[in-house]
Amino acid sequence: MSITEERRAAVIGTPMLRREDPALLTGEAKFTNDIPIPGALYLGVLRSPYAHAKILSVDVSAAMAFPGVVAAYGGADLTALWAAPMPCAWPVTADMKNPPHYPVAVDKACYAGDAVAVVLANDDRVAHDALELIDVRYEALPAVIDLEEALSDRVVIHAGAGTNKAYTWDLKCESHEGAVDEAFAAATHHVKERYIQQRLLPMFMEPRACAAVPQPFGGDMTLYSSTQIPHILKVMTALTLGIPEQQMRVVAPAVGGGFGGKLNVYAEELLCVALSRKLGVPVRWNEERAENAMSTIHGRGQIQDIELAADADGKLTAVRVRLIADMGAYLQLVTPGVPLLGAFLYAGVYDLPVAYDFSCTSVFTTMTPTDAYRGAGRPEATYAIERAMDSLAAKLGIDPLELRKRNFIRKDQYPYTAFSGLTYDSGDHLAAAEKAAELVGYEALRAQQATQNVDAGTKRLGIGVSSYFEMCGLAPSRVLASLNYSAGGWEAATVRILATNKIQVVTGATPHGQGHVTSWSMIVADKLGVAPEDVDVLHSDTAISPLGLDTYGSRSLVVGGVAIAMACDRVIDKARKIAAHQLEAAPEDLDFIDGTFSVKGSPDRATPLAAIAFAAFTAHDLPEGVEPNLEAHVTYDPPNFSWPFGTHICVVEVDTETGHVDILKYVAVDDCGVQINPMIVDGQVHGGVVQGLAQALYEVASYDENGNLRNGSLAEYLVPAASDVPSVTTGHTVTPSPTNLLGVKGIGEAGTIGAAPAVINAVVDALSGLGVTDMMMPASPMTVWNTIKAAQAGSTTGGK
Amino acid sequence: MIPAAFDYKRAGSAEEAISLVGEYGEDAKFLAGGHSLLPLMKLRLAQPAVLIDIGRLSDLSYIRDAGDHIAIGALTRHMDIEQSPLLGQHVPLLAHAASHVGDPQVRHRGTIGGSIAHADPASDLPATTLALGATYIVQGPTGTREIPAAEFYLGFLESALAADEIVTEIRVPKMNGAGWNFQKFNRRAQDWAIVGVAAWRRGNESGIGLVNMGSTPILAVSVSAAIASGAAIDDAAKLAATDAEPQADLNASIEYRTHLAQVLVRRALTAAS
Ligand SMILES: Cc1cc2nc3c(=O)[nH]c(=O)nc-3n(C[C@H](O)[C@H](O)[C@H](O)COP(=O)(O)OP(=O)(O)OC[C@H]3O[C@@H](n4cnc5c(N)ncnc54)[C@H](O)[C@@H]3O)c2cc1C
Repeated sequence: MSITEERRAAVIGTPMLRREDPALLTGEAKFTNDIPIPGALYLGVLRSPYAHAKILSVDVSAAMAFPGVVAAYGGADLTALWAAPMPCAWPVTADMKNPPHYPVAVDKACYAGDAVAVVLANDDRVAHDALELIDVRYEALPAVIDLEEALSDRVVIHAGAGTNKAYTWDLKCESHEGAVDEAFAAATHHVKERYIQQRLLPMFMEPRACAAVPQPFGGDMTLYSSTQIPHILKVMTALTLGIPEQQMRVVAPAVGGGFGGKLNVYAEELLCVALSRKLGVPVRWNEERAENAMSTIHGRGQIQDIELAADADGKLTAVRVRLIADMGAYLQLVTPGVPLLGAFLYAGVYDLPVAYDFSCTSVFTTMTPTDAYRGAGRPEATYAIERAMDSLAAKLGIDPLELRKRNFIRKDQYPYTAFSGLTYDSGDHLAAAEKAAELVGYEALRAQQATQNVDAGTKRLGIGVSSYFEMCGLAPSRVLASLNYSAGGWEAATVRILATNKIQVVTGATPHGQGHVTSWSMIVADKLGVAPEDVDVLHSDTAISPLGLDTYGSRSLVVGGVAIAMACDRVIDKARKIAAHQLEAAPEDLDFIDGTFSVKGSPDRATPLAAIAFAAFTAHDLPEGVEPNLEAHVTYDPPNFSWPFGTHICVVEVDTETGHVDILKYVAVDDCGVQINPMIVDGQVHGGVVQGLAQALYEVASYDENGNLRNGSLAEYLVPAASDVPSVTTGHTVTPSPTNLLGVKGIGEAGTIGAAPAVINAVVDALSGLGVTDMMMPASPMTVWNTIKAAQAGSTTGGK
Repeated sequence: MIPAAFDYKRAGSAEEAISLVGEYGEDAKFLAGGHSLLPLMKLRLAQPAVLIDIGRLSDLSYIRDAGDHIAIGALTRHMDIEQSPLLGQHVPLLAHAASHVGDPQVRHRGTIGGSIAHADPASDLPATTLALGATYIVQGPTGTREIPAAEFYLGFLESALAADEIVTEIRVPKMNGAGWNFQKFNRRAQDWAIVGVAAWRRGNESGIGLVNMGSTPILAVSVSAAIASGAAIDDAAKLAATDAEPQADLNASIEYRTHLAQVLVRRALTAAS
C-alpha cells in the first residue's frame, strides 16, 4: 500500500465529516427542479390507465384550446422525432426479443403508466389541467400479471415478438458432463425450494426531473437530469435522437437518491430534448410521486427455484437454479442483464465443486419495466442461497451458523477460482461470521430461545444468519463483453495541481449521495500531502468530465477512486522529475513524504510540492522533455470484480397472535477491504440494511388482477421510516483486495444484499416450532399470521 | 401532486366562515389543518372551488375545565391535546390517543375539529371521543346545536354535519380515574391504524371505540354489555367485531381484521382493568 508508505498523518481511515453535507442540510444544494430556466415550457405526460390496451384514437384538440397550452401530441404525431427506439444496452443473448419501445406509445399501451400523449404548457399546473382534456379511446386487452401465466403465451403482449419469452440464459458449470445430475443422485441431503422476489419500487426521495435547454448559438443542447448516469445518457440521447454526440451535454445537478432507479434512459428525458429541438425553446418536466410509482423502473420481480445437493456432513455438492424473471412491459437500459448479475452467486460464499446449473428465463408482463435496483440480481441470489442453507440446516438438524462454517470458502483457498471460472479476490468468511456471532451474543440468544419458544408462548424469538458475497466494482470490460453488455466498465480520472498547489480532480463517477467528493479528496490528500479542503472534485457534467461511466454496482470507489489514486501517482512521477532537476538529484533518489520531496539520506535537501507546482506552471526551468503543468489523466479498467462479503445476524421477536415482527437486534459485519472513510462505510451499511429489511418486512409493488398498481403513494407503499427500523450494530473485518492499488472493495449494496435473508431466516426460525418452514416477503403481520395458521392446520407453509 | 385551481378566503371568525360557506355553497370547503383535505386535493380526489381557511381562528383553540367535562376548541392541534396537563389529568385516554396520530408534523398542524368533521373511520380521535361519550358542538347559520358522538358518524367520511355548519367544540366527560388503554396496530409508526382500540373501564362500566373496523368509527357495545354482565375479558373480547363491519384492504383481510380486533380489545381491556 503505497499510501501509508508515503504519508504518516493519514486522512484515509478517519471518519471525516462529509464535505457535501452542509449544502444538502442547509437547502443550498440545487436539484434539477431548483434551476431557473426562463421561457421553459412544462411537459405533461398522459399515461395509460390500462395495463394493456389498443389505442384507438388520441384527440388533443380540447387540450390545445386550453389557455396556456402551447402544443399537444399523441404518440403517432411524434414518430418522426425518434432515430431509434429507446435503448437497451444489454442484449444478453443473440435471440433475445427486444420489442420496439418509444417514448410515447403509438398503437398500444403495454402497462398502466405507459405514456400515450403529451402536452407542453407555459406552467406546470396548466400542463396537468390540460392532460385531463386529452381524449384517448382505448380497447382494453387482458392484463398479464402472473409470470408463469405470461410464459404460457395465452396472451402475447408484443405481437412482433410472437411470444412473451424475452430470452433464456444458461450458466452450466460442470467438471464433466452430467456432474450436476450425478451429485444430486448421490446426495445425502436434497433441498428444493421456491422463493418469490416481489417487485419493489425504488422510491428515491427526489422524484425524477429533467430540463432540455438549447444553446442560443450553434445547435448545442444541454440536458439537465436527475440521473445517476449523465455520461451514458449523453451517448444514448445522441443515438436515439440522431444528435451528433459532440453537440449533446448532460448535467446531473444535485440528485436526491437513485438506488438504480435513475440508472436509465427515460422517455421523459428523450421527450424534453426532442421537443426542445423541435420548438427551439427549453422544455422541462417534473415527475409527480404517483407518476414515479408507475413510470420509473421497478426492482426485483423473480420466481426462484433453487435446489441444493449436500453430503452427510452438509457440505454442498451441487446447486441447481431455475429463474423466471419479470422484465415488465419493455426492456429498459439494462433490464435483461439484472438476473445475470446474480447468476454467479447462487452458491454464495461456499466452496462448491464444479457442479452448478443455472438457467434464467425472462418474460414480458403488462407491468412497469423492471431494471437495476440496489444490488441488482445479487440480493435475489443471496436470498435464495441463504434461505436454502437454512432449509438444509433444518434437514440436518444442525445450527445454521454451523452449517455455514462447514461450507465457507477457507481463507487459505484465496485467491479462489470458483466453479464459474471467476476468481474471488480475497476473503475470510469465518472471521466475519465469528465476529457477527460474538457481537450479537449468539450462544446466549440460542439458550434464551430454548426457554422462550415454549408451546404456550406468543412472543417467539428468532435468530437469522446471512453470509453474503457481493460481486461488484463493475466491471472488467472483457468480462462485460463476454456477457454481451454493450459498454465497458472502466472509469476515468484527471488530477490537476494548480499553480497555487490547490488540486482539481475530475471524476467520471457520478455521485448522488455516496460521498464521492469526500472520499476522493481524502485519497488525494493522502497521496499529495495536501488538506482535503484543498481538493475540488468536479463531476456530473459531460462538458467538464467528458469521459466516465457513472455510478452503480458499487463501482465508484473500486474503479473511479482507484483511477484517482493512479492519476495522483502519475502526477507525483512528473513532479518528481522536476524536483530532481531542482535538487540536482536522480528522481529515484527522492522521497516524497507529506507533500515534500527530499533527497534520500539528506532531508534538508528538500522542496515542497507547492514549489514544484508553481515551477511547473511558470515553466521557466523544466527538465528536458517535461511539459508545463502538473496534470495526469487515467482511464482504469479493473482486472477483476471485487468481492466484498460479510455476515449479518438479525434477532426478531414475533407476536404469534398478531403476526407482528419486532427486530430486537441487527448486527452487520461487512468486509469491504480498506475503508477510506469508515463513517461513510457505516452510513452505506445502515441505509443498505434498511433497504433490505424493507423488502423483507414492508415493501411490495402490489398489482390487482387488471394490472393496476394498488399502492403507488407513500401512504400505501410502506417505505420504513427511522422510527420503524432498529439501530444497526456494525462491525468490520478488513481483508484488502489484492487486485487494486487501494485495497478497496465497495460497500454501496452490501447492506441490502445481506439484510433480507437475515430477517426472513430469523422470522422462520422464530416460528419453526409451529411448523413454519418458509415466509413470503414482505412478512407483513397478515402474511405472518396467515402462515402460522396454515402451518398449524398442517398445510404447506410460506403464505404462498 | 398539483391540485386543481381554487380560490382562497380567510375567515376572521366562525360567523364569517359560516356566511362565506353560505355564499359559495357546495363548491366551498373549510380548511383547518389541511392534513386530510390537502392530500385529497393534491390527488385531485377533492376539487373544491373555494377554500375557507379557519386555521387562524385562535379563539377556537382552547382546552378548558368545564366541571364534569373538558371543553376542547375545534381548532386545537393534536400536539396541544397530547401535551395538555388538564387532559392528562382528566381525560388521559384522549391525550394519549392524540400522541399516536401521524408524526410530529401532522400533530402540529392537524386539528381535532378537522379530524372529527372529516369522519374518517381510520382516524384515531373520532373513535376515541366516541368511546369517551363526547358531545360535539356545531354552529350553523341558524345557531348552535349539540350532537352526541354516537349520533354523529353516518357513513364513510359522512357525518351529521351540514355543509354550512362548523364544529366549534368537543366536550369530553372526565374519566374520573377509570382505567384506560389505547392500542394502535399499524405497520409504520406514522401510519393510520390497521385496527385501533380506545378503551376505558370502571368496574363493570366500559367504553370501547374501534378504529378502522367499518365505514364509521365503531362503538363496541356488545363487548361493553358483556363486561357489564360480568363476563370475563377473554370472552367479552371475542365479541369485538360484533358491532363492526370490517373491510378488506392491502394490510388486512376481513378475517384478519376481525381477529386483530379481538386480540387488541382483549389486550386493551386487560390493561385497563
Ligand atoms: C401523513 C399523515 C398521517 C396522518 N396520520 C394520522 C393518524 O395516524 N391518525 C389520525 O387520526 N389522523 C392522521 N392524519 C390525519 C390528521 O390527523 C388530520 O390532521 C385530521 O384528520 C384532519 O384535521 P385537519 O385540521 O388537518 O383538517 P383539514 O384537512 O383542514 O380538513 C378536513 C375536513 O374537515 C373539514 N373541517 C375541518 N375543520 C372543520 C371544522 N371545524 N368544522 C367543520 N368542518 C371542518 C374540512 O372542510 C375538510 O373537509 C394524518 C395525516 C397525514 C397527512
